[in-house]
Amino acid sequence: MSDIADRVKKIVVEHLGVEEEKVTESASFIDDLGADSLDTVELVMAFEEEFGIEIPDDAAETIQTFGDAVKYIKEAQ
Amino acid sequence: MFDLTGKCALITGASGGIGGAIASALHGMGATVGLSGTRVEPLEALAAELGEQAHVLPCNLSDADAVEALPKQAVEAMGAVDILVNNAGITRDNIFMRMSDEEIQSVIDVNLVSSIRLMRGVLRGMMKARFGRIVNITSVVGATGNPGQVNYAAAKAGLVGASKSLAYEVASRGITVNCVAPGFIATAMTEKLNDDQKGKILTQIPAGRMGDPVEIASAVAYLSSAEAGYVTGATLHVNGGMAML
Repeated sequence: MSDIADRVKKIVVEHLGVEEEKVTESASFIDDLGADSLDTVELVMAFEEEFGIEIPDDAAETIQTFGDAVKYIKEAQ
Repeated sequence: MFDLTGKCALITGASGGIGGAIASALHGMGATVGLSGTRVEPLEALAAELGEQAHVLPCNLSDADAVEALPKQAVEAMGAVDILVNNAGITRDNIFMRMSDEEIQSVIDVNLVSSIRLMRGVLRGMMKARFGRIVNITSVVGATGNPGQVNYAAAKAGLVGASKSLAYEVASRGITVNCVAPGFIATAMTEKLNDDQKGKILTQIPAGRMGDPVEIASAVAYLSSAEAGYVTGATLHVNGGMAML
């Protein structure tokens, strides 16, 4: 697993308080990991800070799963 | 009780009577205060009077870019915004049939839209801190209506609805959003009324007098405190019994 995926996973685990095994490629933040809409905004904020990138609102809306997040951040960097 | 040591508060309209009293009250409880307003001179004077932990942050709330920049300037000056008090307000009273588009728009823009945008601007920091206090100063007329103030009453009632909606969204993050609704308070704004108008108003106030800005500031102080953490989406009416809501 790439370094980026590890760092994203760490943020998700810490923020949502979920087991690491549950954070799979296709795990949806809202449907599988128990996030509410405010959590997803906060996750994006945390990603922005961790990776020093800006994620515009329209892009943030497309980040639904753990895999989406890793893919977006890889491309943005 | 009500210690705000280490907290940073941004107060708009701090050059006015109520805003100045709010800033003084929060500062007196230990908060660092950011004094915002259009007129720099009274802000400088208030900052000098308060001494340390007071920053002057001039901002014209009818200028959209300035509104966008204010939360960032406040964070630069104070390090954070833990407490936002949307106090600034203007009136452009007129009987409705003569009310111009400009009179409608300017009052809605300054009193409602700029307050909403400032709430959005400070929210990120509050979310991260898992603490925030937003207090919006509305008005008794937002609840009761008042002839000649269709624009103002609409803006103030709008702010109540905005506060309740935001209170829902962020309650789980330790952020509260409340309103304080003053009745008639002795300030420059009510000074414009003539004796006849004042006399009529006083007959409607069970307390038999106008309120003091400090009495509004005390309500804001409570809602800004850690102790008020379970109060959100509420409006605290401070009006001498004029409207018991």
